[in-house]
Amino acid sequence: MSIDILIPLLAAAVQSGTPILYATLGEIFTERSGILNLGVEGIMIIGALTGFLVAKATGNPYVAFVAAGLAGSCAGSIHGLVCLVFQGNQVVSGLALTILGVGVANYLGTPYVGLIAPGFDPLPIPVLAEIPVIGAIFFSQDLLVYLTYLIPVLMWIFLYNTRFGLSLRAAGEYPAAATAAGLNVVGYRWLGVLVGGFFMGLGGAYLSLAYTHLWTNNLTGGRGWIAVALVIFAFWRPSRAVFGAYLFGGIMALQLRLQASGTQIPSSLLLMLPYGLTVAVLVFSSWLRGKTDEPGALGTNILPAE
Amino acid sequence: MPLIRVVKRQEPLGWGSCLVLAAAIGLSLLLSGIVLYIGGTSPIEGIVVLFKGAFGNRYALEDAIIKATPIFLCSLGVALAFKLQVWNIGAEGQFALGAVGATWVALSLPESPSYVVLPLMIIMAAVAGGLWGLIPAVLRQKLKTNEIIVTLMMNYIAILILDYLVYGIWKDPASFGFPMTPEFSEAAIVGKIGSTNYSWGLVHCLVLGVSFWVFLKYSRLGYEIKASGDNVRAAKYAGIPYDRLVMLVMVLSGALAAWAGFLEASSTINRLQPSIMAGYGYTAIVVAWLARLNPFYIGVASFMLAGLRVGVEGLQLDLQVPAAFGGIIEGLLLLTVLAGGLFTSYRIVVTRKAHEH
Repeated sequence: MSIDILIPLLAAAVQSGTPILYATLGEIFTERSGILNLGVEGIMIIGALTGFLVAKATGNPYVAFVAAGLAGSCAGSIHGLVCLVFQGNQVVSGLALTILGVGVANYLGTPYVGLIAPGFDPLPIPVLAEIPVIGAIFFSQDLLVYLTYLIPVLMWIFLYNTRFGLSLRAAGEYPAAATAAGLNVVGYRWLGVLVGGFFMGLGGAYLSLAYTHLWTNNLTGGRGWIAVALVIFAFWRPSRAVFGAYLFGGIMALQLRLQASGTQIPSSLLLMLPYGLTVAVLVFSSWLRGKTDEPGALGTNILPAE
Repeated sequence: MPLIRVVKRQEPLGWGSCLVLAAAIGLSLLLSGIVLYIGGTSPIEGIVVLFKGAFGNRYALEDAIIKATPIFLCSLGVALAFKLQVWNIGAEGQFALGAVGATWVALSLPESPSYVVLPLMIIMAAVAGGLWGLIPAVLRQKLKTNEIIVTLMMNYIAILILDYLVYGIWKDPASFGFPMTPEFSEAAIVGKIGSTNYSWGLVHCLVLGVSFWVFLKYSRLGYEIKASGDNVRAAKYAGIPYDRLVMLVMVLSGALAAWAGFLEASSTINRLQPSIMAGYGYTAIVVAWLARLNPFYIGVASFMLAGLRVGVEGLQLDLQVPAAFGGIIEGLLLLTVLAGGLFTSYRIVVTRKAHEH
């Protein structure tokens, strides 16, 4: 493959990987606090619609992007309410949240299908964009992509180098010990759900504000589930999430290009690629198991004392 | 200062749990009404149209019973897996492959009589769906691969396999380019009971539902499933072959969803086409959980949620409410019932700190 094809493909891989990266980072943050949130797909699509509607109403994509994050936190708080207050099963609550979120977004979004809203356009960084190869791939993107170069670093610093981060991980690793040490485990889990939901909402907004500038129903198309799988692939570490997200971005970009090139391969087979890859990646991760940072109490509720 | 605590109940709540369920359903309807209002539809009118459309006349009831059939079978399947604490989210894909397997037989044997074709269709459907359930089970037991995501991804893949076939090699040359197979031969169609509109598929449901109940209650395997679902470690210690049990249950679970796919292709639409995928496999998860995995309640809940689907179709026609509204009600129902579980397993105690020693 010649370099003239490869560079645009890799640039497209970074772009398609970005919404998945936001969502994966959000889910890592949530799961680190011990809460398994399978509502990612639903939260993402709520974020995508909120971003689109706010951008359309205000004309300001920056406001829209933040609003999408807040909408993600609100949607996530439903999961927090059911699991942290009402002690509901985390798997079922997350599934229900996905069913609800996809329903709400498609229901409220139906009048807007095919309409466009202002969003983010590519903004090459001076000097850096001139670097051969790397400049075209990483530094000729939009602002929201550049943000994802910082977030994993900040998340890593927070989780591993601050007292808050240590406490959040303790709430996910060994809640009984954390409680005994005087930590408010439920509070930290709420933090995990709300901040995680914020990033999932941002991931959805990337789809409606930057990847496309328009609304279509089912815009997320399973990316939320891919993010849940990538958390496992990433061994719950923010840095590894970056590689996973770009891998999926690459396969999605490749699939779109093959379809556009008028290949003989039927489109239904091409569309299978990301889903098949998700299974492959999961199998691969479980093969390597042993050195992951999977939180010890992931998915278990904190039962009230007898 | 009053202090609110929750305390585990010593005895089950009994009739109170019906009250909690009613409150949860009421709350989910209230919230659905608010969503209707946000979408610009009068909530009262909307809920009235929904219920009239769902249960208000004979045709609606008939339609609800017909739609309840695939939901019921898929739900039995997922309930079986859930009993073992295996999260099979893959009923949708197992249903799709069941329909594909049955269609393959129907298209391959256009001249054969009913007593040959129909059993072969069921067997092929069950093999295809069972295999689709076995793959995540093997990965789970051998490699500890997360079955939730694998079954879910396999749904997407199964639906694309179905699309590939009906858009490609199975497409009816006489369909004017529409993605659908030719109509099945008379012999490959599960017919209607007498002069009613109900298919013999209803009888299949009855037989499978009763067998399910008997299997769980009276067979050794059923006992092992329940014991392992309650406590995996204790079950393994007691010598129950847990790995094999999970694989068997996932095969059965997939085969039940596949049976639904067979009936839907053979009895309801008489061919294979993409519109066969109506999300029954996901509704089945909601049903199984609402029914607390009990086969009788699964029957009731299947009928209720099938009725809601019919009602949502009425809402679409009469008030132009988007079809996605159905997902909203299902999601809210599941969330409120889940939250209500707190009141059935725990007591809420309000104490005053001053009185405590």
